[in-house]
Amino acid sequence: MDYVKLINCMRCGMCLPACPTYKETFLETASPRGRVALVRKLQEGELDQSERMLEYLSLCLDCQACASACPCGVNAGELVAEFTCERKAESGLGYMEELILRKLVPHPDRLESSMVPMRMYQKSGLQKLVRKLGILKMFPKPLERMEGLLPDLPDRPLRQEIQEVTPAIGQERGTVGFFLGCVMSLVFSEASRATIQLLSSLGYRVITPRNQVCCGAPNMLGGDLAGLKEAAHTNIDIFAGYDLDFIVTDCGGCGAELKKYDHHLEGYEPAEKFSSKVRDISQVLALHADELRAKLKPLAMKASYHDPCHIAHCQGIRREPRDLLKLVPGLEYRELNEADACCGSAGTYNIARPEMSNRILRRKLDNIAASGAEVLVTGNPGCLLQLKKGLADHLPGVRIMHLTEVLAQSMASWHGCNNL
Amino acid sequence: MEPTFINELKNIVGEQYTLTDRESLAVYGYDSTPEIESRPGAVLLPGRADEVVRIMRLCHGAGVTVTPRGSGTNLSGGSLSAGGVVVQTSRLNRIIEVDEENLTATVEPGVITSALHREVESRGLFYPPDPGSMNISTMGGNVAENSGGLRGLKYGVTADYVMGLETVLADGDLLRTGGKVVKDVAGYSLNPLLVSSEGTLGFFTGITVKLIPKPQAKITMLAHFPALQDAALAVSAIIAAKVIPATLEFLDKVTIKCVEDYAHVGLPLDVDAVLLIEVDGHPAVVAEEAAAVAEICKKYRSSFFQTAQTADEALKLATARRTALSALARLKPTTILEDATVPRSCIAAMLKVIQDAARKYSVTIGTFGHAGDGNLHPTCLTDERDQDEIKRAHAAFEEIFDAAIAMGGTITGEHGVGLAKKKYLPRLVGESGIKVMRGIKQAFDPKGILNPGKVF
Repeated sequence: MDYVKLINCMRCGMCLPACPTYKETFLETASPRGRVALVRKLQEGELDQSERMLEYLSLCLDCQACASACPCGVNAGELVAEFTCERKAESGLGYMEELILRKLVPHPDRLESSMVPMRMYQKSGLQKLVRKLGILKMFPKPLERMEGLLPDLPDRPLRQEIQEVTPAIGQERGTVGFFLGCVMSLVFSEASRATIQLLSSLGYRVITPRNQVCCGAPNMLGGDLAGLKEAAHTNIDIFAGYDLDFIVTDCGGCGAELKKYDHHLEGYEPAEKFSSKVRDISQVLALHADELRAKLKPLAMKASYHDPCHIAHCQGIRREPRDLLKLVPGLEYRELNEADACCGSAGTYNIARPEMSNRILRRKLDNIAASGAEVLVTGNPGCLLQLKKGLADHLPGVRIMHLTEVLAQSMASWHGCNNL
Repeated sequence: MEPTFINELKNIVGEQYTLTDRESLAVYGYDSTPEIESRPGAVLLPGRADEVVRIMRLCHGAGVTVTPRGSGTNLSGGSLSAGGVVVQTSRLNRIIEVDEENLTATVEPGVITSALHREVESRGLFYPPDPGSMNISTMGGNVAENSGGLRGLKYGVTADYVMGLETVLADGDLLRTGGKVVKDVAGYSLNPLLVSSEGTLGFFTGITVKLIPKPQAKITMLAHFPALQDAALAVSAIIAAKVIPATLEFLDKVTIKCVEDYAHVGLPLDVDAVLLIEVDGHPAVVAEEAAAVAEICKKYRSSFFQTAQTADEALKLATARRTALSALARLKPTTILEDATVPRSCIAAMLKVIQDAARKYSVTIGTFGHAGDGNLHPTCLTDERDQDEIKRAHAAFEEIFDAAIAMGGTITGEHGVGLAKKKYLPRLVGESGIKVMRGIKQAFDPKGILNPGKVF
């Protein structure tokens, strides 16, 4: 790790009020500057890789709210992730990590097949029975939590259903590549369908390459930098085959990772070209706000927007989603207090660190309740999963929707949001 | 630290809030002060005021030192402890009362400054002190350091708002000073003594501050000056015209260049100084004052002057000042932020001293700060790995502090003496000053267990 990145932290403490785990604990070890100091002291040899050290570092959500707050451009979340990667590179991946990150995630077919039993489990009524009998209590805790998080799955993943080319409606203004996030495709396919619809109705020809693979964010999360680079090369090659104005995604996590391909593959020109074209869907839609406004029909709802960390902190996008929501006639926009604070989902954090995740989620839910919103809008599948479950358990009166679902619903041509 | 002693601490605050592991002690070994670290023996996070009393009694009996700490954003090493107990106030964070009849607020020491701002402003009231770290600094820390901020010129500093204190003394006894009355001449005035005592006289558990009505209107203005001297003259002329802006902030040439490189806000690189000016109060008065400011800036040859028409525009104008520290801090790994303060009539002379010192010792110093109240922030951009440059930086600052003293100013306007400026304090207050302070310390804390080694 680059030592300068560590000593750049001047310990001013501006990151403390931004950090969800510090706000819950008030502990310096659970703060961004504390984490930077821990990694620094590891490198300097004052501290060693004790169990406790790893426990402290793994409490980081990598939400990167600290990076937004830092006056000197230090990114504590990224530094901790980098440290984890370096550790993994030395120790090698564990058996399960190897299986998931190398054998499953990079292969969409296998990933989709792995969900088939889950879909059958839901459709057959077995899920209801299992939940009723409390059978999951007999399994390890993480499994029970994972089962609880999963909403009803669509019949088929979007990747298998969507046409590779969706023509523009009306005059064609350009061509975009659609990057299909794994979770969006597998779980929130209706939202991604809405995304494609919005793009095509604004005059974009949408190309969704069927052979694209996972963006690699799970590899990064698991400390598998090599796996991430492999995924990056595959996707870069695939999208380079088309002449595209933008590469669009409606998954905040994917967007953040795709925009960093040029950083991971430094000096590799195709990566720079690829990353420079990546846009969150809200960025592209915001370019055509006037046209969009003309197409929107009234939708009476009180709505609030939750900033996904991967969109607000990692990509710096805050204004566009709000501006887009405000285009919808009849939609009463309510700003959320601490809107850009993590919801506690953070990749697999909600499964690995359920106690802290729940505390952070409860804070988010309290803020949602205080906003008076009936619909919570966001733009990242991790947040959708976490908040959908949280709302169902504690605020059943509030629905959650992806930004593109709200906009598509407001457009007369689109019906239903049966998945959410 | 003895295991039996640690067990007694755990009995008071609970095991969860007693930190003694190596990792925790290492990260509580710093605050925001560059170059200074130490290792405490234990860190405690009490949740109630009576736990603080019991901690103090125990430590007093055992002869163990106690250092109060808020969020650890101290800029003079004041919240560090070598081998003693650090008591973090963060869990003592209740706003106990906002008294709208007496215009006071009473808080626990761990309340975040900006949380108090939000609470009182929602009721149309105003607590003016706004230190740069207000989003994380605690009220206890603000009182202990007598923190200032951008609004100091018009509204004063923390000391001007503290009305009452509840303080746990070194032996665990409670001391109540002041209260909600405006007039109180019973005995010595102890509040001003406790404010800015930097944790060496007592541990605050309750703080009552004065509130004022929230100003109804505010106008933000930005002016560029090709000549530094003209900017300084404009500052003096604004005050002489009997306009007291809420904010009168200054950026020098080095800072302007850094801000422009970093934030691209459209600052011209050929100007010597930028002033950010905000007037607030009754709408009619504010309009008059803004007009006066505009005229004065024009008279003193500002090359550009803009008045914000909307809140958004005001925010944009303030960007350059808000990003000053970020822009500077990004240049080099180590940032030494100082707060030498002079009578405002000496600002131009002080800026020249800073520039000369930077040149003489070949270090980069950007200066920004509160031109209106003479509190400047010369900020040295350096690299802790370059010990030679660090030495030169300190030599430059030594000249700057000596010049500030010679001008009738002070070595620290708002960061405190702590460990970092101990060496300079005798030069400012003299032997008699140190003797009186020692006597006061002796009266409050004869065993010397409260934040030892700080101030003098």
